Amino acid sequence: MSELAELAALRGTLDHCVKCTICESACPVAAATPLFPGPKYAGPQAERYRVAGQPSVDLSVDYCSGCGICSQVCPQGVKIAELNAQARHAMKVQRGVPLRDRIITRPELLGRLGTPVAEIANRALGSRALRAAGERLLGVHRDAPAPRFAGRRFSAWAGAHQSPVGRRRVVYFHGCGTEYYEPWEGERVVAVLEHNGVEVVVPKQGCCGLPLQSSGLFDDARHSVLALARALEPHLADPATVIVGNATSCTLMLKREAREILGLEQDPVLARVAERTYDICELLLELHQAGELKTDLRPLRETVAYHAPCQQQGHGIGKPALDLLALIPGLKVRELDARCCGIAGTYGLKAEKYEIAMAVGADLFAQARDSRAATVACDSETCRWQITHGSGLPSSHPIDYLYRSYGLDEV
Amino acid sequence: MRGALRSDVVVIGAGSAGLTAAIRLAQAGAQVTVIAKGSGSTQLAPGWIDVAGYMPGERAPLASPRRGIERLVARWPDHPYALLGVQAVKDTLAWLLATVAAGPLAGYTYSGGLDANMRLVTALGGLRPSACAPVTFTAGEAAGLRRVAIVGVPALRDFHPRLCADNLLAAGIEASAHSVALDLGRADASALALARALDDTRARRAFAASLAAVVGASDAVGLPAILGLHEAPAVHSELQERLGRPVFEIPTLPPSVPGLRLYEILRHALRAAGGRLVLGASVVSHERSGERVTRVDTATAGSPSGYEAEQYVLASGGFHSGALELDSHWQAREAVLGLPLAGLPREGAPRFVADYFDEQPFSRVGVAVHADLRAVGAANVFVAGASLPGAVPWREASGEGIALASGYRVAELVAAEVGATPAPQSSGAAAPAEGVGA
Repeated sequence: MSELAELAALRGTLDHCVKCTICESACPVAAATPLFPGPKYAGPQAERYRVAGQPSVDLSVDYCSGCGICSQVCPQGVKIAELNAQARHAMKVQRGVPLRDRIITRPELLGRLGTPVAEIANRALGSRALRAAGERLLGVHRDAPAPRFAGRRFSAWAGAHQSPVGRRRVVYFHGCGTEYYEPWEGERVVAVLEHNGVEVVVPKQGCCGLPLQSSGLFDDARHSVLALARALEPHLADPATVIVGNATSCTLMLKREAREILGLEQDPVLARVAERTYDICELLLELHQAGELKTDLRPLRETVAYHAPCQQQGHGIGKPALDLLALIPGLKVRELDARCCGIAGTYGLKAEKYEIAMAVGADLFAQARDSRAATVACDSETCRWQITHGSGLPSSHPIDYLYRSYGLDEV
Repeated sequence: MRGALRSDVVVIGAGSAGLTAAIRLAQAGAQVTVIAKGSGSTQLAPGWIDVAGYMPGERAPLASPRRGIERLVARWPDHPYALLGVQAVKDTLAWLLATVAAGPLAGYTYSGGLDANMRLVTALGGLRPSACAPVTFTAGEAAGLRRVAIVGVPALRDFHPRLCADNLLAAGIEASAHSVALDLGRADASALALARALDDTRARRAFAASLAAVVGASDAVGLPAILGLHEAPAVHSELQERLGRPVFEIPTLPPSVPGLRLYEILRHALRAAGGRLVLGASVVSHERSGERVTRVDTATAGSPSGYEAEQYVLASGGFHSGALELDSHWQAREAVLGLPLAGLPREGAPRFVADYFDEQPFSRVGVAVHADLRAVGAANVFVAGASLPGAVPWREASGEGIALASGYRVAELVAAEVGATPAPQSSGAAAPAEGVGA
């Protein structure tokens, strides 16, 4: 199938739309702003007026955050979010991409620049005056949550770390968030896996291209994800080896989004990588079901609120983090029932979308505060930063609770 | 292929049949996972509970749903109600009333039962025979209507108060048509957007004031079903108070706000009982051992992931949901597990009849079941809802009754198989939520 035919196949799902409005009812952005008329209007309906070579007729699709909830709830299998991502790309090609979007969508570049000068960079990101200037000059909202550079790279730690030979071997896809901002998350993932007899291989790797894709920069996104797939795939020679990642939106990009949205279904390397990629909680729960997950867990006497981010829900695997957290004695888990935190990767950073993102997340922030939990667990790093920004509560990856319950923080 | 998540019971489908079965089983202590291609159609439905409204071929509506069930079964011995019985439907409605009352929408209740159908106002000004309805609807019972003001909102372009009022007049109810603006800054707005707006206290006060100016000497006010999503009971009672007369909702085209409320109540009850719900997971293959299904696989990101269970409930719907398919050679098939079908037209019989709304030759097709709702050819698969053969719900006004009661009944049968005990309906309400939020 040619790339054109693949895009046509995605478009073919439109024929299944019965205009039932279930996607409209579930869309968190349409509920928060009249600027986005809803996924059905911007997708299956507007798509009828989108003709190759003709100007985009509906600019509101730019306000779609790409959370993907519409596709999850559609009872007819229409790929609404994916079609809207393509429409956004077509619009960007015609109308140009703002400089801002070319910068904030490159976490690898930002990480490489910021890491050696982390202290200065963090101070700059914390400066009201500089952030105000950044908003005026670039359009990055002054109050949007910005992560702090760790000043060291996870890959430097991994390069010096020797994983003991185990019963199983996994390839660890750590993503840019772990590499530049939260290297300790990666160390915890490795520690939990090794504690369970899993050997961890960490190949040299780059960005999955998701931020580029969601801002409509498809060519650059394709380049990124194909390079990443080629960095990971050589380690899959043993059929029992899988790839595992803790950045849930990035593992979803590898599993499905890049293939569907960027029209890369025919790339055999990416196909092999997609088939063998796991989210960390998905893999740990599978190990547990196979009787291979250690249960020497110590009590954690605390309350945690859990939010399953949209992109995690996009995996279609339920909420494995809840099953894992339930294994920890003493830990009280409050499942939050709001759909989206609003950030959607880089959406909530953009000056014209920041207020919308905060309105989308308002329900989640209120629930988190009302839950009386001390912390919020969430599988996606940008969502964690937004949750902390919106609710004031510290937020960490579900793996952190297992890490502490195993007593690995005291090793 | 990935590994499989193990549960006691896997329910396929998240409509009202699947959710009812799943809630009851989870409340009975079984570990339940609901997998579904997407949200079910509960949230598209009007929100009232049709049990038996019409005998096909007769013009007059049925006065009593109980009598209607008996007559449907007498006329069509293969009707799903024949397998369920009146008592199961009665218990189901009692359970539903208790579940809604204990749900997250405090003050939002359903009333009704099998004794008498209510006749409730539709958007076209028809009178729908329905067994149960939410508190926001019941003032629209035709028997109590004398002089009614039907009020539309211009932004809701699919609701025409004049059309509704004129048809009510034709039915002998004195009805007048009015219009009140509810401005969201857009030329048109969905019922859901308007309902969200009225959740806000200030917006509904202003709306009530505008309404008071137009409703004149009417003794009841009918509005499209936009009276709040999360605050429906408060919006409804506040409007009644400020207008000094009963106010009722009239269902709209989707998005259906009362349908969404019911869906959220059922989803909340499932969560509170500890059941899992996985959307965006359509079944692509399954494994069997003899007559038993041992695993189903769903199309998840990357590669399929599996669900293993002792028992399966198939509540995936009929042709409209894609669970049944008819190809261009007139071959019908069950698309989820490939199960045998019942209710098929005879070889060589006509495939369509001219009247669109008439019973079509494929109307009664469904998954073939034994008397205990077990699928023919699959000993651990029980069938509920629109997957069942033998009914023509849109002619009988029976869809919700069949869906809820078969989900309820299947839960009892499956619970016996997995050694769980469902609570009697009187205490069958949702357990207190461990989760937060509505």
